[in-house]
Formats: sequence, C-alpha cells, structure tokens
Amino acid sequence: MTMLHIDNLNVWFGSGRDRVDAVKGASFDVGAGESFGLVGESGSGKSTILRAITGLAPTWSGRIAVDERTIEKTRARAFYKQVQMVFQDPYASLHPRHSVDAVLGETLQLHGFKDIDARVVRLLDDVGLGQKFRFRYPHQLSGGQRQRVAIARALAPEPELLLLDEPTSALDVSVQAEILNLLADLRQEHGLTYLMVSHDLSVVGHMCDRLAVMKDGEIVEIMDVADLRVMKAAHPYSQHLLQASV
Amino acid sequence: MTEQTLRQWLLTDTPTSRRHAKLSALYQGWLAFRSNTMAMIGLGILLALVLIAAAAPLLAPHDPFVQNLGNRLAPLGSEGHLLGTDSLGRDILSRLIYGARITLYIVALVALIAPIVGLLVGTVSGYVGGWVDIVLMRITDIFLAFPRLVLALAFVAALGAGIENAVIAISLTAWPPYARIARAETLTIRSSDYISAIKLQGAGGFRIITKHIWPLCISSLIVRVTLDMAGIILAAAGLGFLGLGAQPPSPEWGAMISEGRRFILDHWWVATMPGLAIFTVSLAFNLLGDGLRDVLDPKAGE
Amino acid sequence: MDTLLDIENLWVKFPTRQGIFDAVRGVSFTLGRERLGIVGESGSGKSMTGRAILRLIRPPGIVEADHIKLDGVDLLQKSEKAMRDVRGERISMVMQDPKFSLNPVMTIGDQIIEAYRLHNTASKSEARAKALEMLEAVSIRNPERVMRAYPHEMSGGMGQRIMIAMMLIPNPEILIADEPTSALDVSVQRQVLDIMDKLVKERGMGLIFISHDLNLVADFCDRVLIMYAGRIVEVCDADKLHDAQHPYTRGLLNSLPRLNAPRDRLDVLKRDPAWSDAPSVSGRV
Repeated sequence: MTMLHIDNLNVWFGSGRDRVDAVKGASFDVGAGESFGLVGESGSGKSTILRAITGLAPTWSGRIAVDERTIEKTRARAFYKQVQMVFQDPYASLHPRHSVDAVLGETLQLHGFKDIDARVVRLLDDVGLGQKFRFRYPHQLSGGQRQRVAIARALAPEPELLLLDEPTSALDVSVQAEILNLLADLRQEHGLTYLMVSHDLSVVGHMCDRLAVMKDGEIVEIMDVADLRVMKAAHPYSQHLLQASV
Repeated sequence: MTEQTLRQWLLTDTPTSRRHAKLSALYQGWLAFRSNTMAMIGLGILLALVLIAAAAPLLAPHDPFVQNLGNRLAPLGSEGHLLGTDSLGRDILSRLIYGARITLYIVALVALIAPIVGLLVGTVSGYVGGWVDIVLMRITDIFLAFPRLVLALAFVAALGAGIENAVIAISLTAWPPYARIARAETLTIRSSDYISAIKLQGAGGFRIITKHIWPLCISSLIVRVTLDMAGIILAAAGLGFLGLGAQPPSPEWGAMISEGRRFILDHWWVATMPGLAIFTVSLAFNLLGDGLRDVLDPKAGE
Repeated sequence: MDTLLDIENLWVKFPTRQGIFDAVRGVSFTLGRERLGIVGESGSGKSMTGRAILRLIRPPGIVEADHIKLDGVDLLQKSEKAMRDVRGERISMVMQDPKFSLNPVMTIGDQIIEAYRLHNTASKSEARAKALEMLEAVSIRNPERVMRAYPHEMSGGMGQRIMIAMMLIPNPEILIADEPTSALDVSVQRQVLDIMDKLVKERGMGLIFISHDLNLVADFCDRVLIMYAGRIVEVCDADKLHDAQHPYTRGLLNSLPRLNAPRDRLDVLKRDPAWSDAPSVSGRV
C-alpha cells in the first residue's frame, strides 16, 4: 500500500521573470510504514517538496496523494491529522512565549481532542521528556529537548505520515543519536511512515529504507539504502555526493 | 524542596504548574527591570502621579476652582500658596494636583485607543498581505503625511473643543506609527517556523494573529507607547494651550500654561509650574520606556 | 617546532543571577605552525576559547589567564588599542556564517581593498591588484566579477572563501577558524578546507580549527583538543582520533551513524559527572 504518492510535482516561487523553479517533475512513492529519504545539497529542492505536501508552498502542480486520496490545493483539517512535520531548527519552531504545555495543549485542542491533560502527559512521556518539562518555556530547554517537544507536537494529532525536515542538523552528534533513536522507536510503536530530508548521507543511511537523490530541483536517482552502503550509485552526481561524504 | 524560599520558587527553571511558570516569568522580568535605576525612577514618578491624582482632594490645600481676586498672582512661597496663585487668585499647587487627574485620563484613553487600533491594522495588514495590505498601508500613509498637531486641530475644529475630542484627535493621529511597527514585526514573525507549525495543525488566520502574533508584537508596542507618552502629553498640552483641549476653568496643565502666558514676563511662575509638571511626567515616561525596552524587547535581550 | 601561541590556565567567566558561570575552565595549550583542532559539543567552551584569545569576549564576560603569549608577548597585558593591531594583523578569525561578517551595502571588492589599505600603505590600484590576487588565491574563478558583486549575491561557499581571502590580506601568523564550513554543503566544504590547508602550508601559519565535526577534524587537522564542559578532556594526534581513549571522545565517535556499519540503534552518550570535575588536560607540546 502506498502512503504517499507524488507524481510529476513542480514547485515554483514568484512569477514572470522572477520565477524560480524549485522542484521540477519529481515523482516517487513511499509505502505505508516505510522510511524514505530525500538527499541533496542546499537549494536542491528537497525541503520544498515537504513544504508543497503540507501546503506551506502554495504554488505547485502535479499530483500528491496521501493514503490514495489526492490532495487538493486547500487542505482540510483532516489532512493535518494524517500528515505532520518536524522542522529543522528547534530554536525557531517553538513559539518563544508559549510553554510546552501551551504548545501541546493548543495542538490537541485544534484537533478536537477532549482529554487534553492526559494526552499532554502521555505525549511528553512518549518523547522521553517527562512531566517536569511540562510548564517550561522554550528558553528553559536545550536544543535536543526542544526538538523532542516539536516531535511531541507533530505526534499529537496521531498522524500516519511524518515529514522530517533535517530534524537533527542543528543538534550535537550525541543529541542527534538520541533523537534518531527516538524517531526509530516512535516509528515502530506507532507504525509511522517517514519522509526524511537530510544533507547527511549517513543519517539517511541509518534511518531510511530507500532514498532519492536530488540536484537542482530534480530527482536524479532513487536507490535502496543497501546500494548506498556499498557505494553503488548509478548517477554520477550521486557518486560524487557519496565520495564527498565519506 | 520544602525549605526553599519564595525567591527560589520564583526563580526556578522547573516550574510545576501553569501559574507557577507565569509568575516565574513575571518575576524574572521584574528583576531585570529593577536593575535599571533610571527606569525605576521613572516608575516611581508615575506611581507618585497616580497616587497624587487619586488622593487629590486630600492633598490639595485649596479648592482649585475658588477664585480670590484680592490675592491674584501671588509669588512662590507666599502664605498658604506654596506655588503662588494665578491670574484669578486660584492656588497653583492645588490646580496642578487636580490637573494630574486630567493628564492621567488623557494618557490612559490614548494608550487604550491608539496602540490597539495600530496593532489591529498592522497585524492584519502584515499577515493577510495582498490588496488588504496595500489598502491599509496607504490609509496609514495618509494619516502619517499630516503633521500631528495640525491633523488634531482639524479634528477638534470639526468635533468641537473638549478633552474627549482632544483625546480622540490625538489617538487618530497617533496610531499609524504603531500600525507600521506591528506590520513590520508581523512580516518577520509570519514566515517563522513556529507559525508554519501551527498552520500545520489547521489553525486559522484569526487564531494565528490573536494567539501567536499579538503576544510577540505587544511588547515592542508597549515600549513604543511609553516612549511616545511624553509626546502625547505634550500634544494634549499643546491643544490645551491653543484653547482646543480642556476648557477653562479645568486645571489642565497645557491650558494653565496658556493662561499664564499673558503674565510670563512679570509673573513667570504661573506658566512655569505647570510646564515643570509636564516636563517631569514626560521624562518619567521616557525613562520607564527605556527600562521596559530592556526587559520586553525580544531583539535586545538574549 | 616553534611555538606561536602559548596559553596557560585560561578561564572565561560570565556573571549571572545564579552566580558565576565558567564557560572555559583553566585551559592550557600551545600552537605551533600546525593545524590544531578544537572539538566539542555546543556549550563545551570551544568557541569561547577562540574568542578569548583575541579578547573578543564582551563584558560582562571576563577573560582570565596566567598568560596568553603571542611570540612571547602576553596579550592580556596589552591595551585595547594595541589589541586592535593584533586582531587581523597577526591573528585573524573566520566565523561560521560569512553573511554576518561582510558589510551588506559595500561591494566585495571595496571591502577587500579597504581591509588591505587599513593594514598597508598602498595606492588604490595597488590594493586592487592585491585584492584580485587574494581572490585568486582562494580559488575564485572570476575575481573581476566577484569584486563588483555585493555579499548577498554570493553563495555560502563563495562568501566563506571571500572571508578567508580578507582574513589573509594582512598575512597573519595565526588563523582562528570557528566552524568555518558547517554552513556549507559537503562538496563545497572540501574545497574551502583545501584552500585553508594550502595557505597554512605555504605561509607557515598556525591554524586553530574549531568544529563540532569529529570526522572532519580527524581528517583535516594535525592535533586535536577535545573539550567538555569548559575543560580539555583529551589531547591526541588527529590521525589517532578514532583510537581515542577518553569515554567522552569514544561516546561521541560511537554516536555517529556510519554508512558502512549499520546498526539498529545508535549508542547514546552517557555523561559521567567525573568528566567535568577532572582537571583540564594540558595541550602543550
């Protein structure tokens, strides 16, 4: 079963002479329960694909289908119950004046949950933070703790598909290991599907089953992680990227 | 844990309830504010002003409206009249004390109207964008293009003289800068990840503006309002001076200066005393505003 | 090996409401004509160490040390004015993000020329020729065009190369590079490193390379100091970093995912309070 189907996706910004084509004719499928990676250098359009799926980049064409339902330009709230996103920079993705409790509580309320208190408690336990963090503000948290809050927020609506935009690139390696382990555990416990963007091939190699290599807005190659491990890339750009990363 | 003092409880990094977290954040802000001596002086003056206004009947040695033509233009320190009397023999000190009420009334009304209008216009304009932004900002430009006092004069002329109309006129001319500030802040906040994140929870524009953008704009607006307060008091005094604000015999400070103008060469204190009062309160607001900026402005701190 | 920089018992302190916070706690090391890496996590004090050498810690921060000797002269004894001559002239610093270090309203050419004439008495045309030469030295292909461009027109890699070019104009003895490549893509990263490497070798400079990336430092540097909680916990030769002994270094290495050695779970670093209590290891040669 396919959780995410992307067919001939184009995303652009601006119009006329200023038009920039960020993604050009991207197509790929992510199966239910799979973890799929998007790799490429900055400006290759990998994050833009995530923003197009979530509706944060409104100008796109092509077909996006989640759970075999085609996505319209305006997304219903039900869509956000199914698809959630974790942002790259945990220092920028939490409102500076909202406590952890307020962030999670508001999210749960927006999705129409009734037992908000109990759910906040459970979410914090799920991401390994515990109750003593519940009433803290972002400035009282470390980078890794903030990212855990951001993950808890993404998990709050009980989504099936989680979009991860470089979730560990702003963190120290030891914290990165904790977050990657947490994400792996959560995927198993909740049966999640991941679409993960990263510039770090070893992170994608650790987390994903398959990956797409992007360059200048186009997908140049889709490969299995097994091939990545033995450095067997077909496209010269993927080979170049592999060599530079080792 | 049981032995901790209130101070430790307030300074904790691990708050245990919603209320605790709020109180703790407030206390930390207060500590930062308290370390700014000048701001504390400003706050002290303003608190004193509020107390004086509240207790005016108890503090004022005379009725501010009772005339005594036999004792007009008495100098400073004359018997029973510490700051002298004006051209109708009214006690200047008493009039200043009662005038504090009018000043506070003006300040409070303007502070309620102008920033709120500005915040509404600015955040909606910045968040919605497109033609809404264009229309709202051009209206703002039109208001900005007039000199403040001239526009206020026009409004008062149209609406009639009086304190309420003066306040409305001042508010109408004071909101555009706030709208500009709020819009500029909104534009940076709008594209931040935490706004994207709440959008991904299906939140609508109204919720995003009121719950997520306003709390971040308000602090810089408060700072700006306190810094502008001096100007607002002066504008009110200016309208009073021109005879378009508070009407005689009301002891509004600007109107008092206006009355004293006729005698300024021979009886300088009649105009100078209310002038000093305006100066002190304006200065207090400026000092307070500077201190608040250090505490509230997210860009300056951290 | 001759010693360029000799640092003994360096402390950086910040007074806070909860008392004094020690960002760097008694660090000692020397720098010769070599590439010295300083690695650690955020908050380990590695950047503070780099800034403290140039006395760039802003008040209320305090820098204390027995000495910070540059060619035998203690930098801590110098006046602020004398320090200004040291900064840039003898010790240069390259920051993480070039966007914040370049003036956005001046063309790159003008900035380099200005920097050159600040340090040398030269005519405008001489300075211009020198600037072009500098840009060529950092492998910029079309220096004439770059000279006319504004910083925002440059990519991250270009910007960082320009920064390096500017830092090298006064021919400093020491270059301090604080995460110079972490904002760059891997392929560009390589190029920038190669340029720095070449310059260090050709000019016999000393390089302090501050980074969080263990693999990069192991690859690029000669000697590595590993910092934890404001102290040096281990000093080793860069090529032997992967055989490091300290549990902290080992923990960091093991927490990295590796392409050729897949694991279900990554090792998580278990912090031992004893690490931050142990005295700082000396990085002197």
